[in-house]
Amino acid sequence: MNTLFDKIWDAHVVQAVNDGPTQLYIDRLYCHEVTSPQAFAALRERGLSCFRPERIYCMPDHNTPTHDQDKPIADPVSRAQVDTLAKNAKDFGLTHFGMMDKRNGIIHVVGPEQGLTLPGMTIVCGDSHTSTHGAMGAVAFGIGTSEVEMVLASQCILQTRPKTMRITIDGTLGRGVTAKDLALYMMSRMTTSGATGYFVEYAGEAVRSLSMEGRLTLCNLSIEMGARGGMVAPDETTFAYIKGRNYAPKGKDWDDAVAYWRTLRSDDDAVFDKEVRFDAADIEPMITYGTNPGMGIGISSSIPTEEGMQEAEKVSFEKSLLYMGFQAGESLLGKPVDYVFLGACTNGRIEDFRAFASIVKGKKKAANIIAWLVPGSWMVDAQIREEGLDKILEEAGFEIRQPGCSACLAMNDDKIPAGKYAVSTSNRNFEGRQGPGSRTLLASPLTAAAAAITGVITDPRTLM
Amino acid sequence: MKQKFNIITSTCVPLPLENVDTDQIIPARFLKATDKKGFGDNLFRDWRYNADGTLNKDFVLNDPTYGGQILVAGKNFGCGSSREHAAWAIAGYGFRVVVSSFFADIHKNNELNNFVLPVVVGEDFLKELFDSIFADPKTLVEVNLPEQTITNRATGRVAHFDINGYKKHCLMNGLDDVDFLVGNRDKVEAFEAKRK
Repeated sequence: MNTLFDKIWDAHVVQAVNDGPTQLYIDRLYCHEVTSPQAFAALRERGLSCFRPERIYCMPDHNTPTHDQDKPIADPVSRAQVDTLAKNAKDFGLTHFGMMDKRNGIIHVVGPEQGLTLPGMTIVCGDSHTSTHGAMGAVAFGIGTSEVEMVLASQCILQTRPKTMRITIDGTLGRGVTAKDLALYMMSRMTTSGATGYFVEYAGEAVRSLSMEGRLTLCNLSIEMGARGGMVAPDETTFAYIKGRNYAPKGKDWDDAVAYWRTLRSDDDAVFDKEVRFDAADIEPMITYGTNPGMGIGISSSIPTEEGMQEAEKVSFEKSLLYMGFQAGESLLGKPVDYVFLGACTNGRIEDFRAFASIVKGKKKAANIIAWLVPGSWMVDAQIREEGLDKILEEAGFEIRQPGCSACLAMNDDKIPAGKYAVSTSNRNFEGRQGPGSRTLLASPLTAAAAAITGVITDPRTLM
Repeated sequence: MKQKFNIITSTCVPLPLENVDTDQIIPARFLKATDKKGFGDNLFRDWRYNADGTLNKDFVLNDPTYGGQILVAGKNFGCGSSREHAAWAIAGYGFRVVVSSFFADIHKNNELNNFVLPVVVGEDFLKELFDSIFADPKTLVEVNLPEQTITNRATGRVAHFDINGYKKHCLMNGLDDVDFLVGNRDKVEAFEAKRK
């Protein structure tokens, strides 16, 4: 009567600390350049080596420019951080996919596509979107830098066991409704803190029907409801995705692995601390209007009003609308857009580029739009070209940039200017997230493409 | 960073906003350092300063009326990015305690790992505390870790807060989790051997 989460967690408990947390063994630690340097420095100060270097994979992604990656990074501070990761990986004997390495890209895109992220694993990274890897049937969650140091030093982490929640989505997603819309819909219902303290398992027909890319998008956004992580039980879709990938098990190891992975599902009588159910038929393409990812609406509906809100909630709501330049109760359709961003660990995979291309094919980019199309990895970039999507995009007036986190958090040069509106496929619309003063509207690749073609907020179904 | 924690009695800085995310606590463009120094200078950077770099006089950190080692914030404090730089900024600025009715999971751990104590109180306690601070900015609050209590001295109201015994011991004695885990490497080796 165990949940999927229980099975994986219990298999990794080294010990229960007296009146304290659990000491949990970690199969995979991913390190990027922003949240790891202080952990490596602390390790040096303590005179410690890395305990299990073969379980740790490093790659820069946050600071990397999306052009001219063959040249040194122009910003000396960004360059120093990227160089520091390379040096740390070398000094501590860790695998490093540097810039221009064909395996490089956003850490949460690379892990699954290289076959490094596998079902049944415990996976951590100093990055809240580590929840992405749960789509493969792993227990994956974001951690702080002190916790990165713990794993470097002992391959373990001290964690309090989260509660479990199952979110079941019945039915079939409608035309033009993607995994991103499903996630934005759940967030709008559950709020940005509705799953805090919980580890979520996604289930139901609508989730089962998602491709691996869709599941990765869905689990990626778990943290935006506050969840410790999100996961989907592995199935044939998962196995087909993993088979033959670079680091995936081969031969007899593969057969043994699949046999084990098939046991990774919640038992029929498993009890979750909380159960939530949604109907896929209720979901339309979504877009956010405010400054947290829970502030989303169906694209044909209107921004809510203050009716029924608590006083404390009103203060944050008004601050949010003031920042965005929107009015309570108004519709977003037809509002002008300045920038479109396709990419990030949320929507930087091949399926996202296919979706974007399907809308813009044979049309032209609107003159008022600056569009940044950033593949999640070099592997995605190669597949875009292999499928000829690059031609379709270029003919429509779009340019494909080089991989990295890019405008999702604007640590490189890809910053949305103050006051400008961006329809973005990334994960956060916080104040200043895409550059100081930037105004972000989160949406799916289809909705982003529709805005890129029309220059205004548009229901993508009208262009399909 | 390893400051032993016992009892802190201080005035408070009120921030009655909900869902304060870590991008606000420390914006991404300040995450490029490779050490832990100086983050306090950029705590709440884009609320504290105007776009032209001048001080935003309306923001509470720039209001000399309020000060102290305790930050009091609305519910769901520290949501979003896992960046521990947010905890370094809070600690670097001089806060030792953050009081809220609800914390995001990762940020809460990050505070604890930097010897900043996140104190979870009920919505009623929080509302009354904001009222006390706005009525009298000199309002003192006592945070007693050994007893696990927080006291609003203006009203005398006392609340209990939760923390596990292990972490409490760490905070009171200036110990961290790496000390513990490295001391338990033999258990990890035993676990690995059994797993094969």
